[in-house]
Amino acid sequence: MKKGTALLEVKGLRVAVQGNEILKGIDLTLRDGEVHAIMGPNGSGKSTLAQVLAGHPSYTVLAGTATYDGKDLLDMKPEERARAGVFLAFQYPVEIRGITNSYFLRSALNALRRERGEPELDPIDFLQVLEAKLKAIGWDDSMMNRPVNEGFSGGEKKRNEILQLAVLEPRLAILDETDSGLDIDALKTVAETVNKLRSPNRSFLIVTHYQRLLNYITPDVVHVLADGRIVKAGGPELAHELEAKGYDWLRDAAMVS
Amino acid sequence: MSEAIKEHPDLIREYLGSVVPVTDNYFSALNSAVFSDGSFCFIPKGVRCPMELSTYFRINAANTGQFERTLIVAEEGSYVSYLEGCTAPMRDENQLHAAVVELIALAGARIKYSTVQNWYPGDKEGKGGIYNFVTKRGKALGKNSKISWTQVETGSAITWKYPSCILQGDNSVGEFYSVALTNNYQQADTGTKMIHIGKNTKSTVVSKGISAGHGQNTYRGMVKILKGATGARNYTQCDSLLIGDKCGAHTFPYIDVRNSSAIMEHEASTSKIGEDQIFYLRQRGLSAEDAVSMIVNGFCKEVFKELPMEFAVEATRLLGISLEGSVG
Repeated sequence: MKKGTALLEVKGLRVAVQGNEILKGIDLTLRDGEVHAIMGPNGSGKSTLAQVLAGHPSYTVLAGTATYDGKDLLDMKPEERARAGVFLAFQYPVEIRGITNSYFLRSALNALRRERGEPELDPIDFLQVLEAKLKAIGWDDSMMNRPVNEGFSGGEKKRNEILQLAVLEPRLAILDETDSGLDIDALKTVAETVNKLRSPNRSFLIVTHYQRLLNYITPDVVHVLADGRIVKAGGPELAHELEAKGYDWLRDAAMVS
Repeated sequence: MSEAIKEHPDLIREYLGSVVPVTDNYFSALNSAVFSDGSFCFIPKGVRCPMELSTYFRINAANTGQFERTLIVAEEGSYVSYLEGCTAPMRDENQLHAAVVELIALAGARIKYSTVQNWYPGDKEGKGGIYNFVTKRGKALGKNSKISWTQVETGSAITWKYPSCILQGDNSVGEFYSVALTNNYQQADTGTKMIHIGKNTKSTVVSKGISAGHGQNTYRGMVKILKGATGARNYTQCDSLLIGDKCGAHTFPYIDVRNSSAIMEHEASTSKIGEDQIFYLRQRGLSAEDAVSMIVNGFCKEVFKELPMEFAVEATRLLGISLEGSVG
């Protein structure tokens, strides 16, 4: 499925954190509407890739480029990337004490709307938008008036990330191990929601350790990351192969190359 | 106040200086010696003041001191909500504010006193600004009376201020809700004293200190349960938030209990705004400054919800302005 223009093009990306080189040259092209999975063993650099694309300040780019929608992504501040349609569903969503989910989400949506030159939504208008979104994905509003992620279970935090994704409607959604810590029912719910949100104008980069999420979300391309490099890429069948064989055979291949 | 002294000398004579005596401390003595005006509120028995009484203080003249006096007397079963706001223009020299505020609540009366203090804090290098040395104290004199202090302190170069409650009447209630923010070279040393004298008296202290830049924030509080205060209760919560690595937060809680039936609770926390928290909000499209402002406002929520509506909106904005430039 090689249609659409390249939304994200990563070339020769090398990234270090606290002096340790984690990514050692990543090449990746993601087109409009495509879903790519990034798989790999622990410590291979999957989360680093997700964080660096979103602009986390702890990571240092040593070399390479990342072009998003024709722009130099690495030159943009985190909020500029967000306003340009880059969304990261965090592996460990943080808690914001005293701020309701609803207020937080409205502030975020209004920041994007300001960027697009659209009027900001007041609480009443926002509630309508939110209710329509919740209805579309079949969720209730029980999380909305609780403080952001405070006292949420692990599964609720992950669901909350997906809810934000649904409301903020990014062009590029990066899911960082959204499946970890989810029981099978929650996993299905999240996967179904992601599937509903797939569209020709939205691309997904799904970072995952396990293949099980990909049982429900069929990717266009699967990349395998080992020791900071993409050592193999293929179709959805690659995920199943990894499930059966593990990662070791690829890691060995990486060492050889 | 000067009008009240002429028109209602009996009331002034009875209550003025009855909560904060002239000899209380250096600045109360100074105030008592030189004050020329201020405000006096008298709420007669059973009257519920239908509107929030609002006052605004400003120090204009350079090289000056301001020594106003406030006296509020709420008779049996009455209620009043009193707001004060303070600002001052920028001056290179320091100015002094040494006010005295006295509250008296008779049986069943309730006084709610809210302050948003935004005196000039001095410049980025700590030059200029107001020295804010204020004595505020309330006496819950009658049974079932209640005195509630809420303050948002964002201004002044140095603040020393401890709005306190003397809980003399049985079942009387004292409350203190405070947000103090220091940026650049500001120092805030603030807190409360809750003196439990009557039976079944109850006090609540919620203090939120935010330090940014080189700011120093100190909570200094005393809870004293006297011998006769059987069944007294106190709950104190004291939270500090640090922004950056050059600021400081200090907490000095004094607890003095002389009645074994008292129940005391003290909770304290210190946290730093984390890079991960800011990044999370920026990833959702908020600027770094908006992110910090949101985190700080969430931190202060328990206090802001005690403020009258308009003041709460003001306070939220004020925190945002006071924090400008505190994130790099």
